[in-house]
Amino acid sequence: MKHDFRYFLHEGVDNLFSHGFMSFATIGITVACLLVMGTFSLVTYNAEILLKTLESEYEILAFIDDGSTDAQTREFGARIERLPNVKSVSLITREEATAAFEERTLDDYMRANLTPDMFRDRYAVFVDDLNLVNQTAGDVRAIVGEANVRVDEDIAGGFILVRNVASAVSLAMIAILLVVTVFIISNTIRLTTFDRRDEIAIMKMVGATNWFIRWPFVYEGFLLGLLSAFLAFALQWLVYASVAKGIAAADTLQFLNIVSFDHIWQPVAASFAAAGMVIGVGGSLTAIRRFLQV
Amino acid sequence: MIRLKDVEKEYENGTHALHGVSLTIEDGEFVFLVGPSGSGKSTIIKLLTGEIVPSNGRVSVNGFNLSNISDRQIPLLRRSIGVIFQDFRLIEKKTVYENLSFAMRAVGASPRAIRSRIPYVLELVGLENKADQYPPELSGGEQQRVAIARALVNNPNTIIADEPTGNLDPARSLEIMRLLNRINELGTTVVIVTHERDLVNRFHKRVVLLEGGYVTGDGVGYDAK
Ligand SMILES: Nc1ncnc2c1ncn2[C@@H]1O[C@H](COP(=O)(O)OP(=O)(O)O)[C@@H](O)[C@H]1O
Ligand SMILES: [Mg+2]
Repeated sequence: MKHDFRYFLHEGVDNLFSHGFMSFATIGITVACLLVMGTFSLVTYNAEILLKTLESEYEILAFIDDGSTDAQTREFGARIERLPNVKSVSLITREEATAAFEERTLDDYMRANLTPDMFRDRYAVFVDDLNLVNQTAGDVRAIVGEANVRVDEDIAGGFILVRNVASAVSLAMIAILLVVTVFIISNTIRLTTFDRRDEIAIMKMVGATNWFIRWPFVYEGFLLGLLSAFLAFALQWLVYASVAKGIAAADTLQFLNIVSFDHIWQPVAASFAAAGMVIGVGGSLTAIRRFLQV
Repeated sequence: MIRLKDVEKEYENGTHALHGVSLTIEDGEFVFLVGPSGSGKSTIIKLLTGEIVPSNGRVSVNGFNLSNISDRQIPLLRRSIGVIFQDFRLIEKKTVYENLSFAMRAVGASPRAIRSRIPYVLELVGLENKADQYPPELSGGEQQRVAIARALVNNPNTIIADEPTGNLDPARSLEIMRLLNRINELGTTVVIVTHERDLVNRFHKRVVLLEGGYVTGDGVGYDAK
């Protein structure tokens, strides 16, 4: 027998309206859960982006002793470049360092008295993974000498901790809420199967196949999930945009670069839709498996 | 054709409902299955519809072997049988017409087939004027005729009725039996469970008597044996 899409959809919609308040409540709770999941995911995503930026800007400075020859300096650079977790190495000469300092400092007296011999040649070392920065710094120390390396460990370490905690909490939260929403939808659909038990008994009696009986409930779950996803996405957009606007307007939060929703709305919409469908169909299959045994 | 051979049925709780029941019903037959309450009549019906399986022995219905029928075949078996119960089992919030179309839709009938089949069946049971009524608006006898129409609507070759007149007064009961008799004359095998002796005796038909899970009589007329 072919899949009677129109009939199953019609029956699924009928199921939704046959206990409208219950469907409404289910959608409300599912929207709330999806919104929390989405918010956690987006915070984690932004933290990840921020970390990437930090990573690309983060440098270990390896100073070269004044007595070194050009050949020795090049040798240091080559050895550092071969270290694991080193993305790139660039030499900053004392002249360049002087110029950069001159640009940064506002103290006129100091600017007037700057001379290149106050500075040393140094390598700026960029890393692949900020997690391993301490290890890499150690490797660099072994090459250029214990006292010649400067690392801003605290900034890196602190931010990584925040990021790691945020993603662990997000993952746990999402897993829990997935189970919760599947359970809620499953429970709603279980109620429909209960409402329809007489009809189900008659369908079985006249020789309907199991899947013919089940499909309307799968559609019902699918619709509950998709409707929730749609509403949650719209709300997420509003919430995200207003939070991003607030951060952009706050003087103290200028270092936080929030990704514009316009750039990510497509994958976000797809994720919401996918989550909604998985939750909805997962919920109905759970309900069917437990309560529609033939 | 319905065939039971040395059928035993013991329920999970240990009740031994059928003892070595053997019985053959040919296509086109009209058979009353009678016996006191608790003698195993409904157990036989449930075996025939695949609702329960025999503990021992063989049951075959319309070519399906019920002892080892697969889940996928059960719907096909059930499409070859129309079942009628004492309590009608109609959907109260659907009209007569919708009750019938629901049963046809459930087995994948096209809207076109539904539109052409239902008026014919309603006329057969004498309810052509009640298509748009809801079951609670009908008398018991009319409701049972709707149930018969529903059992017939998918054109099964066998009708099985478990005490179809149990809720009806004698006059309505006789009407229902006459209707089932007419359906049998149109070529459908009919098996009716009842314990209404007077009613059975008005028809000179085959009667199978069941007592305590044993077949204790099989012949024409209730008192035959
Ligand atoms: N589902 C069941 N579980 C246990 N015992 C049952 C079940 N159904 C029927 N029985 C028992 O099996 C016997 C036959 O019952 P049944 O076939 O319903 O008799 P009848 O229809 O002739 O009145 C009775 O003793 C009854 O109590
Ligand atoms: Mg009975």
